[in-house]
Amino acid sequence: MKRDIILSGVGGQGILSIATVIGKAALALGLYIKQAEVHGMSQRGGDVQSNLRLSSDPILSDLIPHGGADIIISMEPMEALRYLPYLNREGWIITNTEPFVNIPNYPEMEAVTRELEQQPHVVLIDIVAIAHEISSPRSANIVLLGAAAPFLHIEPDKFEEGIRAIFQRKGDEVVQTNIAAFRAGYEYAQNKIRK
Amino acid sequence: MPMKELLLGDEALALGALHAGLTGVYAYPGTPSTEITEYIQSSELARTRKIHCTWSANEKTAMEAALGCSFVGKRALVCMKHVGMNVCADAFVNSGMTGANGGLVIVAADDPSMHSSQNEQDSRFYGKFALIPVFEPSSQQETYDMVRAAFDLSEQYHIPVLIRITTRMAHSRAVVETGEIREQNMLRYPMEELRRQWVLMPGNSRVRYKKLIEDYATLEHEAVGSRFNAYTDAPDHSLGIITTGIAYNYVMENFPDGCPYPLLKIVQYPTPRDLIRRMADSCREILVIEEGQPVVEEALRGILQSPLKIRGRLSGELPRTGELTPDCVRQALGLAPLETHKASEYVVPRPPALCQGCGHRDMYTALTEVVHEMKDAKVFSDIGCYTLGWLAPFHAIDSCVEMGASITMAKGAADSGQHPSIAVIGDSTFTHSGMTGLLDAANANADIVVIISDNLTTGMTGGQDSAGTGRLEKICIGLGVDPDHIRVVIPLPKNREAIKDIIREEIAYHGLSVIIPRRECIQTAKRHAQQRAKELKNKKND
Repeated sequence: MKRDIILSGVGGQGILSIATVIGKAALALGLYIKQAEVHGMSQRGGDVQSNLRLSSDPILSDLIPHGGADIIISMEPMEALRYLPYLNREGWIITNTEPFVNIPNYPEMEAVTRELEQQPHVVLIDIVAIAHEISSPRSANIVLLGAAAPFLHIEPDKFEEGIRAIFQRKGDEVVQTNIAAFRAGYEYAQNKIRK
Repeated sequence: MPMKELLLGDEALALGALHAGLTGVYAYPGTPSTEITEYIQSSELARTRKIHCTWSANEKTAMEAALGCSFVGKRALVCMKHVGMNVCADAFVNSGMTGANGGLVIVAADDPSMHSSQNEQDSRFYGKFALIPVFEPSSQQETYDMVRAAFDLSEQYHIPVLIRITTRMAHSRAVVETGEIREQNMLRYPMEELRRQWVLMPGNSRVRYKKLIEDYATLEHEAVGSRFNAYTDAPDHSLGIITTGIAYNYVMENFPDGCPYPLLKIVQYPTPRDLIRRMADSCREILVIEEGQPVVEEALRGILQSPLKIRGRLSGELPRTGELTPDCVRQALGLAPLETHKASEYVVPRPPALCQGCGHRDMYTALTEVVHEMKDAKVFSDIGCYTLGWLAPFHAIDSCVEMGASITMAKGAADSGQHPSIAVIGDSTFTHSGMTGLLDAANANADIVVIISDNLTTGMTGGQDSAGTGRLEKICIGLGVDPDHIRVVIPLPKNREAIKDIIREEIAYHGLSVIIPRRECIQTAKRHAQQRAKELKNKKND
């Protein structure tokens, strides 16, 4: 088993908590993990990414090569496109559709959406809308994780265990909201794949 | 009992130090080194053992305090980003001369590609300069293991040890298996025959320097026989590969079935020359792959022609600047690139920016409006979040060089006739390296305006304590600034006109002025509000 994942977004969107849940699930399965993060200056509203590598064999490089990623999970649509050269030919893109516009020259949204839709393997998901539907507005990033889960080659209950472990200290309510968010994202992606 | 934990390279280093019997960590925050000290600050073991872990005012005070800790026989760790090595260079280089008593380990976190820094300097040069051995771990596990080895080596040879890590090691997580937890050292003063070298008067220094050079040769033998350095032979001798630090990973990533060429992995210095000679004797060419500047490659090339072909960053096979990637290493190895998707033409850069609601924004809005009223006003800024004032929409600053340079550059410019000459510095940078410059300015009553933009924290690195919080006015008065020209304002949109008036007044005053816009960093303010809410909730539940 090998999954090379690029997590992307804008500083402050919470990509590291997605990485933490995946890491927890992978650790429980005894997989090897490498996770390169961005700290420091870029976290102030700049583009951020994390290279997350999971494998049943030892992993050497902290960074994923161009054409090496199996999946891009993005909190932001233009940020998903930024890492296209890293995606392998069979790779999947799972991205939020809502743009985060904090620059004056943000591209035409239609062009961004069109390019994303033209990709061979893509799941576009409005995570904020879904999070609102299930009354968990603060769990949008976990909705995205749910949507990515079918592509990660890890059983969904392992992620739910990860969510429990990580959110336990914030109380049962927070755990349940996040599990609901995870399931909503998971089902959305399953339906997309079937279609 | 061995445990497995998912740790950042920084955290593996911190835990390794704690388990090696650390007594004190001394540091000033700096990306990518900050998380080492933060891990120790939040560690239960550190709390139980009463390990010193509060922040130091700057890297020099940190290095000196650690040297004192080592003098009395305890194990001390000093952590900083690469440019911090410049700040503590006096103490660092002379610590090679005094030597260590208790184990003394200095960590320099280099930042090739300058993700969060102003240059790409390679700290391995400092090791050689000071004749101090260097470790450069290639993995998180090796980082954990090497810290203990570094402390042991430090005590065995009575010499500080430098550990050099880079951004990708510092900020990447992997599973680390931990080892035994060692006790702290007892108080123990330097042995009789080593006491003289702690007093670096010329007579003592001359004797010590000869010994240091002899020891450095012995330390090279240690590196040749090190369990961390590895020479792996292979059948194809058309090429030999030398890697340093994490470069090893990128080579092996590209050879999943094993490297077909002889491979020398260097992670402990002085450069083990015997191992390199062994490679040169049997290989037709050598490819040197190192993260950072071409330290080993340059040493191999020397000045005179050698019949052996050497390839690397200096010959153009690898990029001369920036961090290594699996891709550039792949190319240097002559392998075809992997198939991939075309880059999107719609993607534009998204530079970082000051947070919405940040006090620095209000300070810059007022300042730039005043500056635009004047002909040729110059604003010398400094290192911190407020450096982002160079970007749109503010375009507010003319310089950012190194910690503290704002005040002294403004003074130098004013000395030469520049007016208005304005310095912008943060509170933490001010206590790090700005105070001595302000003393110079006060002594000369320099015609400058110093803006100390006080957000009550060290913001850029994530909100660590700032050394002068609550005492900035007193510090300025103590340094000789006229209290009538120390003006405190609250940087909020509603105060903009009042702040502009104050800036105009202080520019018009021909002498030294300090303006302190003070409002808490909104990131730490948010965190503090959450903390208070949590405490309130807990109280209710009780």
